[in-house]
Amino acid sequence: MHALFTVFAKEFVENLRDRRTLLSALLFGPLFGPLLFGLMVSRMLSQSVVEADEPLKLTISGSGNAPGLTHYLEAQGVKLTMAELSENEARAAVRGGTAQVVLIIPEEYGRRFTAATPAPVLLVADSADSQTRKSADRARIILGSYASSIAQLRLEIRGVNPLLTVPVAVNEIDVATPTGRAVVVLGFMTYFVLFAVLMGGLYLAIDSTAGERERGSLEALLSLPVARSSLVGGKILATCAYMCISLGLSLSAFVCVFRFVPLEKLGMSANLGVGTALIFFAICLPFVPLGAALMTFVASFTRSYREAQTYLTAVLLVPTLPIAFASIYSLKTRSSLMFIPSLSQHLLMTSVLKDEAVAARDVWLSALGSIGLALLLMVLTARHWRRETMLG
Amino acid sequence: MIEATNLSKRFGDIEAVRDISFVAHDGAITGILGANGAGKSTTLRMLYGVLTPDSGKASIDGIDIRGETSKARAHLGVLPHAAGLYGNLTARENIHYFGSLHGIGADLVRSRTAELARLLGLDSFIERRAKGLSQGQRIKVALARALIHDPGNIVLDEPTNGLDVMAIRSLREMLLSLKAQGRCVLFSSHVMQEVAALCDRVVIIGHGCVLADATVDSIRQASGAASLEEAFLQVLGDTEGVS
Repeated sequence: MHALFTVFAKEFVENLRDRRTLLSALLFGPLFGPLLFGLMVSRMLSQSVVEADEPLKLTISGSGNAPGLTHYLEAQGVKLTMAELSENEARAAVRGGTAQVVLIIPEEYGRRFTAATPAPVLLVADSADSQTRKSADRARIILGSYASSIAQLRLEIRGVNPLLTVPVAVNEIDVATPTGRAVVVLGFMTYFVLFAVLMGGLYLAIDSTAGERERGSLEALLSLPVARSSLVGGKILATCAYMCISLGLSLSAFVCVFRFVPLEKLGMSANLGVGTALIFFAICLPFVPLGAALMTFVASFTRSYREAQTYLTAVLLVPTLPIAFASIYSLKTRSSLMFIPSLSQHLLMTSVLKDEAVAARDVWLSALGSIGLALLLMVLTARHWRRETMLG
Repeated sequence: MIEATNLSKRFGDIEAVRDISFVAHDGAITGILGANGAGKSTTLRMLYGVLTPDSGKASIDGIDIRGETSKARAHLGVLPHAAGLYGNLTARENIHYFGSLHGIGADLVRSRTAELARLLGLDSFIERRAKGLSQGQRIKVALARALIHDPGNIVLDEPTNGLDVMAIRSLREMLLSLKAQGRCVLFSSHVMQEVAALCDRVVIIGHGCVLADATVDSIRQASGAASLEEAFLQVLGDTEGVS
């Protein structure tokens, strides 16, 4: 036990003096996520707020062919830009970005409208562009309501009850709580938290294994009267310490960022104060030894700093897999999923953000799953360190 | 006293060491001489227990290195071929780290470090970070690190590699003073002059076998050669790349 703490103290102090470790553990890892996240979310939110308030902009070609429709659009508050464009010109304008959505009314519109046969209009938009797609959706809805009001008028003139054309009345009830809606936007912050944990220990895990080999201090260390498990234990413990610091910094940064993100503009409240941050810390704590053991395990097999860096960068992406899986299949917190590390932390944090009740049993199961796997990896790492091949 | 008895080691198809036996006595310097790849490092690594021999036994002061590894290692200081230091720790911290891992109390580590610093001349750079030290200074720190637990035996694997003339000279003096203190010094080298100048006894290794094990003088007499160089070459066979 004494040797384990000696190794821990030495690794901790030595890496505290290493600029690369400090930058990645205490700057890039914990701050990258919250900053990027804050920027993205505030831009996303301010955009959708602006869009809802702004009048729809529509470029209309051949408005003289449909004066009724043009009046209706203006009455709906649509900002019309008059133009004379052929179909090909309209395509080019939308593709080139000079117009968002173009409505073309062909000459035959008037004749067919009077004959009460479907009068054609062309709506030119780019569905791959999320901006113009929204505008096109709005234009489609307004055109649809114009069409149905004309249809009802025609039926009434012919003495038919227009309600006959509405056999089903759909009423939607949206049960999303204000916070629940925010979670859709905030869902991926959990990955940034786990990323910060791993980044915090990345360089220490490399330095204490592949680095030890590369600078030629490994053999002297291995020839000491110290159990290999103590060496490995001390190194993993030091990695854990850096990961905890990084986790704490990352959560603090998130708390700060959330103060500045204008979530309330959409009637959402994001529930990430100091109290929630502390709960997140507790939820992620069992993930720390797992991350440290995994990184030390992988780095122990590498021959050089560079090789270790390559493999561990891949390890940084491992927690994304279950999270991506969870969002594709929209998984909810379930006890059976709590044994899967990273997924369980993601689900628990999301539940807390949504103000859902979290069962204590699930928290314990999540911790148990992560710590169990961490112990297994530690044993495997120690076993590898006892092999002769460790000398390289 | 370091004893190797019928040590053998294979790596896959390669027989690195075949049935090597020798004894290194206290108060004497024993040299292991051989070309690169002759099996010197493998032999030494089995002596300090980081490699397990396929057969045979190694013991330090009569303690089996496999059976009672920790106890045997407490009697043994090791300066491996790659004796790297931790660049971000000072020379003193490097030495203290190993002392602490040997389980020595902090006070004793401090006094031992002061003693070694005086003996090896570390005082002028002991508070400096190891990454700024010269090769000669590093080897001194590594030697102090290997001696922090006051071992009766010390094994050095090609300690003069990469050192300049001055550093080799001071290393030689250090080994002689260790011998004068009654310790058992065992070191390997592929430089013949070095072995001849320092050693009381030479074990010549070639192709994983002991080719000769005797004092320098008796090797010369037995071969009937006039100079040491010729004597060694005769023992090794001219093809061996000993410089």
